[in-house]
Amino acid sequence: MTRQAKTWLVIGAVFVALIVARGMIGQGLGRVYVKRTEVTAKLPDAAAVNSAAAAPSASASASTSAATTAASTQATAGPSGASSQATTQSSAASISWQEWKQVPPLEFAAAQKVNAAQTEITLSWPRTIGLWLAAFFTLAIFSFLYADNPCYKIAESLVVGVSAAYWGVIGFWDTLVPKMFGALTPGLVKSLVQPSLVAPEMLQQISMVLALVLGVMMLWRLLPRGGWISAWPLAFIVGVTAGLKIVSHVESDLMAQAAATMKPLVVSVTDASGATNMWDSWWASVANVLLVVGVICCLAYFFFSVQHKGVVGGAARVGIWYLMITFGAAFGFTVMGRIALLAARLEFLFDDWLWLIDPNHFRSL
Amino acid sequence: MKRIIPMWIAIIGGFAMMLSSFIPLAESWGEVFANVFNVVAAIAFVLGAGSLAKQHLEKLSRRDAGWGYSIITLGSFIVTLLIGMFKIGIHPNPNFPQAAYSGSNNTEGSAWSWIYEYMITPLTSTMFALLAFFVASAAFRAFRAKNTEAILLLVTAFIVLLGRTFAGVVLTGWFPEWASGLRLENLSIYVMQVFNTAGNRAIMIGIALGVAATGLRILFGIDRSWLGGGDA
Repeated sequence: MTRQAKTWLVIGAVFVALIVARGMIGQGLGRVYVKRTEVTAKLPDAAAVNSAAAAPSASASASTSAATTAASTQATAGPSGASSQATTQSSAASISWQEWKQVPPLEFAAAQKVNAAQTEITLSWPRTIGLWLAAFFTLAIFSFLYADNPCYKIAESLVVGVSAAYWGVIGFWDTLVPKMFGALTPGLVKSLVQPSLVAPEMLQQISMVLALVLGVMMLWRLLPRGGWISAWPLAFIVGVTAGLKIVSHVESDLMAQAAATMKPLVVSVTDASGATNMWDSWWASVANVLLVVGVICCLAYFFFSVQHKGVVGGAARVGIWYLMITFGAAFGFTVMGRIALLAARLEFLFDDWLWLIDPNHFRSL
Repeated sequence: MKRIIPMWIAIIGGFAMMLSSFIPLAESWGEVFANVFNVVAAIAFVLGAGSLAKQHLEKLSRRDAGWGYSIITLGSFIVTLLIGMFKIGIHPNPNFPQAAYSGSNNTEGSAWSWIYEYMITPLTSTMFALLAFFVASAAFRAFRAKNTEAILLLVTAFIVLLGRTFAGVVLTGWFPEWASGLRLENLSIYVMQVFNTAGNRAIMIGIALGVAATGLRILFGIDRSWLGGGDA
């Protein structure tokens, strides 16, 4: 066994011992409680659905009503799985299911005090396991501060896999389903996903066929031959991005920023009585002068068509000072943002997982 | 054909987007092209997923070093994808109970929200939090007050860092009222409102000019480097 492996073994053993000890003291640690709530939704009357769907066209109404019936059946057994309970009674059919909302441990303790046999608030095993996994992932990534190790690599691999799928799913449900499938297969989307979907126009449908064709061409890149076909959708993305960015950047960055720099160099600040406040006026004027001078000097530094000598050189030098201050502020903000994240992770470990601190009074009053 | 057609697609798409901002009659073009763009960009995720799977499967088949981690990447990718695509454990939206997939993926208690809360959030936020240590250690090694520029950068970073925390208030809170402008929290505000705004504004103006110039070069077919094979 290598020296590093021995070190990791000792660290791990000490850590586990500390966690076991913490688990035996006081309230223990790392549990998530949930409260059961019943949700009941009334299914729309089949006749009402049919009459509403009859408006656009006869063929659309047939497909929608058929799909709606299918969807109702699927909703009962559908993606929600075993925890949903469906009740269909006569014409006023309804569907009901249970939802579990997270509650503080304090609420569980209070409910247990009133009735020890209550089942409304219970320990959630899936969420408790999730909490411990989250703690493991947090520590696994922090372990990289000491050295690269298998725990960190596992966490790193998970980040890649889960993040890629996450953004894929977001793209599918937020863009492809409402925009593309909503235009190409409106009946299906209306019955399964979005009953309030407005019937697509012809132009929208044609544009989505174009999008689908470009999308398929893009996937050609994955095939061993004909990779050049993917250049067409790439060209579309490049062109549209260029067109979009030219206008938006010129409008919001160039014009708006230039307009915001056109400030009065002498400012008069008045107080509530209408009298001029000399001190505030002086400060406001200095601030405006410094701002305008700063923008001009920074732009002089960015202007490389003229040699940075004489007046331009002096202005460029002042511009560098301004830019250094800007970079210093950006650095300060970046460090603060990262430290805030670090504090949030440490709070998660000490509050949610180890139950060592209780800033929100979730476990004690 | 391999270069001319893509170039014209870029030109037509780009000019349609630009003109839609200037000609009221062409306003709808912009919307249509933006929708097509969004859909193509969403399909690009499929391409990304395909590339990820291809790369890791190749690594697996070759039994490269660390192939076990590729199993974890692929496994987590497939499981997350299936849970998200099929909305496993998600109830329909109570307003549309007849539509089986009308519920949001973000519903509390769903498998998707479990993945988000207990995997994505801790993994990504800890990864970024880790940078706090590296930024601090890199700054400690790299920052030296050797000249005016470096001193300005260092001093500003300290003012902003201290001015936005309780330490700054404690350090300079004893300053008398007439010198309150020199308190770190006020200095920090002043630096941000004046010097930082001026610098950022110049950077933004520079970026806007650069974007416009590059965009026009592409739309007029002068810059074809994005097609591959140089500017020709």
